[in-house]
Amino acid sequence: MRVTVGTATATTPDTDDVAANRRPPPKRRQIPWSWRKATPYLLLIPAVVLELLIHIVPMAIGVWISFIRLTQEYIQHWSSAPTAGFDNYRIALKFSGPVGKSLLHSFEVTCSYTVLVVAFSWGIGLVAAWVLQRPFLGRGPVRTLFLIPYALPIFAGVIIWNFMLQRDSGVVNQLLVNDLHLLNHKPFWLIGNNAFFSTAVVAIWRQWPFAFLMIMAGMQSIPNDVYEASAIDGAGSWSQFFRITLPMLRPVNTVLLLMLFLWTFNDFNTPFVLYSMSVPPSTDLMSIHIYTNSFQVWNFGYGSAMSVLMLLFLLLVTAIYLPIANRRSRHVVL
Amino acid sequence: MRTPHIRPSQVVMGLAVAATLAITACSSSKKDSSSGGGTGGGGSLSGQTITYWASNQAPTVAQDAQVLQPELDKFKEQTGVTVKLQVIDWAHLQNKILAATTSGQGPDVLNIGNTWAPSLQATGAFMPFDASAFAAIGGKDQFVASSLATGGVPGQDPTSVPLYGLAYGLYYNKAMFQAKGLQPPASWQDVVSDAKALTDPSKNVYGMALEGGSYTENVHFAFIFGQQNGGDLFDGDKPTFTSPGVVAGIKQYIDLMASDKVVNPSNAQYSKGPEAVTDFAKGTAAMVMSQNNADVSIQQSGMKAGDYGVVAIPAPNPVPAGGKDIGTFPAGINLSIFKNSKHIAADEAFVKFMTSAAEQQTLGKAFTTLPINTAATATWTTDTAEAQVFKDALATKSAPLPLTKNEAAMETAVGQAITPLIAKAATGSNVSDDDIKSAMEDAQAKMPAS
Repeated sequence: MRVTVGTATATTPDTDDVAANRRPPPKRRQIPWSWRKATPYLLLIPAVVLELLIHIVPMAIGVWISFIRLTQEYIQHWSSAPTAGFDNYRIALKFSGPVGKSLLHSFEVTCSYTVLVVAFSWGIGLVAAWVLQRPFLGRGPVRTLFLIPYALPIFAGVIIWNFMLQRDSGVVNQLLVNDLHLLNHKPFWLIGNNAFFSTAVVAIWRQWPFAFLMIMAGMQSIPNDVYEASAIDGAGSWSQFFRITLPMLRPVNTVLLLMLFLWTFNDFNTPFVLYSMSVPPSTDLMSIHIYTNSFQVWNFGYGSAMSVLMLLFLLLVTAIYLPIANRRSRHVVL
Repeated sequence: MRTPHIRPSQVVMGLAVAATLAITACSSSKKDSSSGGGTGGGGSLSGQTITYWASNQAPTVAQDAQVLQPELDKFKEQTGVTVKLQVIDWAHLQNKILAATTSGQGPDVLNIGNTWAPSLQATGAFMPFDASAFAAIGGKDQFVASSLATGGVPGQDPTSVPLYGLAYGLYYNKAMFQAKGLQPPASWQDVVSDAKALTDPSKNVYGMALEGGSYTENVHFAFIFGQQNGGDLFDGDKPTFTSPGVVAGIKQYIDLMASDKVVNPSNAQYSKGPEAVTDFAKGTAAMVMSQNNADVSIQQSGMKAGDYGVVAIPAPNPVPAGGKDIGTFPAGINLSIFKNSKHIAADEAFVKFMTSAAEQQTLGKAFTTLPINTAATATWTTDTAEAQVFKDALATKSAPLPLTKNEAAMETAVGQAITPLIAKAATGSNVSDDDIKSAMEDAQAKMPAS
C-alpha cells in the first residue's frame, strides 16, 4: 500500500506538468499566487534562512577573508581591508618557506593523529559492541559505563586528563614511577614528543564510545535468523563475526568512519583544553595551527586561507571516499 | 490531490519574504538593544549599568572579585552606576578582547596588559583619551609620566590610561642565601653561580624557578635579556627577532634550565599563574624573577615580608657590547573604554574612580601594585627597601617594550616559540643558538606583514 502511494506522489509532478502545459497560458496568470501553493515554501523559509545564516554566509565570509589582508587595523570594518589576491594561499603553500613548512608539518601531524585516533576508536568500539552483544547479567550498567567518556562535557573530561598527566603531581607518573617502578625518571606527558601520544589517547578515550554506540545499534539490526542459520551450517564465532557481522555492518561503518575522520581531523577541543595556549609542536594539529597562526598573531587572512585549504582537502577525501564505500556496500548487500 | 507547482516568480517571492524576515529580525534586535541601553548621555549617571572586564591580578580569579567588589559597591554609592564585573585570566584575555573588537559586542571598560596598548589602539575599537576625556577622568597630570607613556603609540591620543604599575625584580630567599654564605647577586654571573650553589635535585631544591610554559613570561624575559645583550625585537615596525642580541638573550634565559641546570625541569609545564612563585614561597626554589605583584602569592603561600629580598634583575658583568643594564620594563595594567559603549560618561566616571589616589592606595595594597597616580603613596609593601628597589629599577634600569602596532602579535609569536625550546631543555636536550635562531625565524614569519 505504502509503496504505491510513494510512486504515485513521485510521478504526480510529471502528469501535472503535462496537464499544465495543455492549459492556455492566460488562465495561469489569473491565479498568480495562492496561499495553498505558497504554504510549503513559506514553511521552508525558516530552514532556508537559518541554513544560509549558520552555514553558507559564514563560509562565504571565510572564503572572502582569505583573499584580503585582514589585520587588526581592519577588524572593525572588514570591507575596507586591502585585497590580497592569492597571496595568503601562496604563503601557505610555499613549502620551502618557514610558514609553508610549518603548515606541512601540521598537516603530517594531523594525518598521523587522525589515523591513530580513528583506528583505535573504531577498533575498541567494535570489540566492545561485539562483546556486549550477547546478553549477560549487568550488561545494561556496563553499556552505560562505557558511554560515560562520551557523555561527559568535553572540558571536564579533558581537564581531568590534564591533571592526571602532570609530571610531578599526576596519577599517571605516580602509577608508572612510584608504584609500579616501570620507569626510573618521571617522563613529561604534556610537553615534547610524548604529548602527541597523550593527546591521541585522550581523543580515543573521548571518541570510542561513540563508535561503540553506533556499531551496537548496527548490530542490533542484524536479524538473529542469519546467525542461527549460519550456526546450523557450522559457523563458529569468528566466522560469524567476519562473514556476517562485519559485512552487514558495512553501511554503518561507512558513515561512522567518515564521521570519525572528519571530527578527528578537525579536532580543536582536545589539544586546546589539554594545553591551553602552549600546544607543543608535536601536537600541532591543523585547527590549532590555524588558530595560533591567525587569531593569536592577528593575521586573519592567512588563517582563513589555511581553513579554506583544509576544507578543500576534507571535501576531496569525502568525495573520493563516499562513492567507493557506497559501491562496495551495494556489492555486499546484493 | 495535486502537488503544488513551483514557478520561478514564487521562488523569488519566497526568497524575498525570507530576506525581509531576516532583515526585520536583525533590525528589530538592534533596536531592542539600543533602546534597552539608550539612557546614557547627559544628566545623572544614576541607574546606569556598565560592564567591566578585569584582568587577573590576585592569586586566583575569585580573589580578584573579592577585592574589587567592595570598591565597585563604593562606586555605586557615589555615582549610582552599577558595575558588572567579570575577571578574565591571562591566557584568554587577549583573545576575548580581540573577539569583542571584531564583533563590536564588548564590555564598557576593560583592563589590558599595557604592552598591548599600541596594538589594540590600531584596531580603532577603543575610545581615544583626548583633552576633554582626560579632563573627565581627573586630568593628564595625575598620572605617573612613564606609566602614561604606555597608553598608545607616541604622537596620538592614547586609547588607554594606566591602572596598576608593575616592574620585574629578582626575589631571593634570605635564609637560603645565608645558609650558604651568599650575598644577593649583583651580576648575571652571580645569579648563575648562586643558583648552582643552591641547587640540590636530590632534595628537590633548585636555585631558580621559572614560569616556563607561560608565553607572556617567556616573551618578557626574551625582551629584558635581549636588551642586556644589545638585541632589539623591532626596527620600527619591522620585526628583527633573529638579531644576534635577541638570540643571545633568549639563550641566557633558557640556559638556566638547559646548561646551568638550576631550574626544576617540571617548571617547563608551569603556565597557569603563580606556580613558580609558589615554589619560591615554599622554599623549593631559592630565586624567582617576577613582577612585584608576586608579593601577594608569596605571602599567601606562607612566607612573611622580610623573609625574602629583592634586587633588580642583573645584567652580565661586563654588559655585552651594545647591551644595556636593563632589568625591567614599565609593566602594568591599563584601562580602556570601548568606543561603542553607550555609557561613555559613566565609563569615564569609573576610570576616574579607579585611578583616583584613594582607590590606587586601596587596590595597590590588595594587589601589591605601584600607584600610577602621583598623589597616591605606595601602599603595596611595608618593606621600604623592597619598595625602593622596584622604584629605582623603573627609574634607571627600565626600557619600554616596543611601542608598535605589532607588539601584541610579537608577544604571542615570540613567547610561543620559546615555550617548546624550554620544553626541549626540560626533556634533557641541549638548546643551541641555531635552535633559537630557527625558532625565531618561524616566529618572525608568522608576523603580519606591515
